[in-house]
Amino acid sequence: MFKDPKRAHALASPYFVWALIFILVPLGMILWYGFTDDAGAVTIRNAAAIAQPEHLKALLLAIELAVISTVICFLLAYPLGMILAKNKMSSQGIITTIFILPMWMNFLLRTFSWMTLLENHGVINGFLEKFHLPTVHVINTPSAIVIGMVYNFLPFMIMPIYNSLAKIDNNVINAARDLGANAVQTFLRVTLPLTVPGIISGVTMVFIPALTTFAISTMLGGSKILLIGNVIEQEFTLTYDWHLGSGLSVVLMIFIVINMIVQALSEKNDEL
Amino acid sequence: MEKELINLDHIYKSYDGQLILDDLSLVIHENEFVTLLGPSGCGKTTTLRIIGGFETPDKGRVIFDGQDITALAPNKRQLNTVFQKYALFTHMDIADNIAFGLRIKNKSDQYIKDKISYALKLVNLDGYEHRMPDSLSGGQQQRIAIARAIVNEPKVLLLDEPLGALDLKLRQDMQYELIRLKRELGITFIYVTHDQEEALTMSDHIVVMNQGYIQQEGTPEAIYNEPENAFVADFIGDSNIISATMVKDELVRILGTEFPCVDKGFGVEKPVDVVIRPEDVKLVKRGEGKIPGVVSHIIFKGVHYEMEVQAGGFEWLVHSTKESPAGTEVDIDVDPFDIQVMNRPASEDEQALGVVDDV
Repeated sequence: MFKDPKRAHALASPYFVWALIFILVPLGMILWYGFTDDAGAVTIRNAAAIAQPEHLKALLLAIELAVISTVICFLLAYPLGMILAKNKMSSQGIITTIFILPMWMNFLLRTFSWMTLLENHGVINGFLEKFHLPTVHVINTPSAIVIGMVYNFLPFMIMPIYNSLAKIDNNVINAARDLGANAVQTFLRVTLPLTVPGIISGVTMVFIPALTTFAISTMLGGSKILLIGNVIEQEFTLTYDWHLGSGLSVVLMIFIVINMIVQALSEKNDEL
Repeated sequence: MEKELINLDHIYKSYDGQLILDDLSLVIHENEFVTLLGPSGCGKTTTLRIIGGFETPDKGRVIFDGQDITALAPNKRQLNTVFQKYALFTHMDIADNIAFGLRIKNKSDQYIKDKISYALKLVNLDGYEHRMPDSLSGGQQQRIAIARAIVNEPKVLLLDEPLGALDLKLRQDMQYELIRLKRELGITFIYVTHDQEEALTMSDHIVVMNQGYIQQEGTPEAIYNEPENAFVADFIGDSNIISATMVKDELVRILGTEFPCVDKGFGVEKPVDVVIRPEDVKLVKRGEGKIPGVVSHIIFKGVHYEMEVQAGGFEWLVHSTKESPAGTEVDIDVDPFDIQVMNRPASEDEQALGVVDDV
């Protein structure tokens, strides 16, 4: 675009400065805090603290809930993506708006409203009581956290899946039918494999925020259910042990990076 | 004539209240190369999709080999389609693409392997088994699409503008390739195109369509030499279409001058349209022909010169290997058998049947 690469670099410099101040420096600080103790001596104790039972429990629970939420998001998003892709022209605008609309509202507000809905004397139970139906206890359980995650992260699964479905030429589907495949065979052998890239990016975009969230678990899980995100948050905001908090963050980051490498590799294999 | 294979029986089809096919009836015989030819929106692709099972007609029946298949799903039909823009499975290599239909039918591995190499040989792409579709050129992808279809041994191969995305030279090569394939396979080809040259080159039988109606069907020679109406004449090749009057049998008055012709049965002093192909217009020395005129334009086209000649108040399109520079005073003459007389549409309705207004 620019004939002079120097000029292009000059124009890009604000972004370099931005990346330096807001990404690289904080990352360096996390690493610094993570691998030192109060006295400034280098140690791996903070990172190794993940092996402590209460931390390990929080990490495993976070992984479990993130996996469950991701699977539920996928199962909801795929059929919806197919409906959206099929109606490219007509009702797409309305359906998209319905799913995008909540995103215009603040994330915390949305999660807060789920508190009101799910509370023991909240909207849902009030409704059930009115019809003399047994009430449900959801708030402050892992289920409530999963509901909150699915609700908040579903659009991030729908969009990439919808995009990859919409890209499939209708005649490719027709070709599979033409060659003798029934609807199920066409889906399993053609549609699903062709949308693998969309599924991968959808899974990434749901799994990572679900794994690291602490706001949803704080609001809907009460103080009893601790995810790894909550543990880290509390180290920073309650116990003021920045070293331990950073050490655990580094472990979580390594986890995410491994996750992304695996996904990138599977994407690459798909291309070959 | 070969046995009747497909019979489209009074087919109607509309989208969003717009009639695409209006009472279309068509019989296709075994081992024919049939081309559905027409401008975009004429209903030719819809007709093909109805035969393939991707569309259901609103009314009418599709008879295949004596059986009513109107409601049969595409995967149950004994025919295969080569789609526009190839529609290959981009996540599979060439061998898997070709094997797709055979694997669905649970054929043995050995059978599939033999079929793949046979099909690749047939389309001249030996050794491409493990390439991915994206690494092939458009022409090669199209050959794979054909190979993928024919390994299933269909009775009919449907081709939906398969050469549309290829460049001219490749398109011409592929035309010969398709004729060869058709001969080797000995099956029926139904080909959809808007390219009249493609249709004339390859077909045994051409069906010219416009606005959901069949305008004319017949051999390429019949369609070219004896167009039944102005639409067909105009759509197939260049032509001079002129309002004229049939004086009596075998005599027609064109632009005030009487020409002997070979057509009969139009009546006496009846308004008609005549079609004269540009290569059939003879330019002769002033005084030796029928209508005096002046050459207004000349373009060299390679095989011939294309000239515009003002004569009798009409701009004649003339193709000739002999050059007559602009400004040359000439006479126009036409041999009786080169004048094709057509009924002139009398009403708006007939107009909709495909007769163009002005040429």
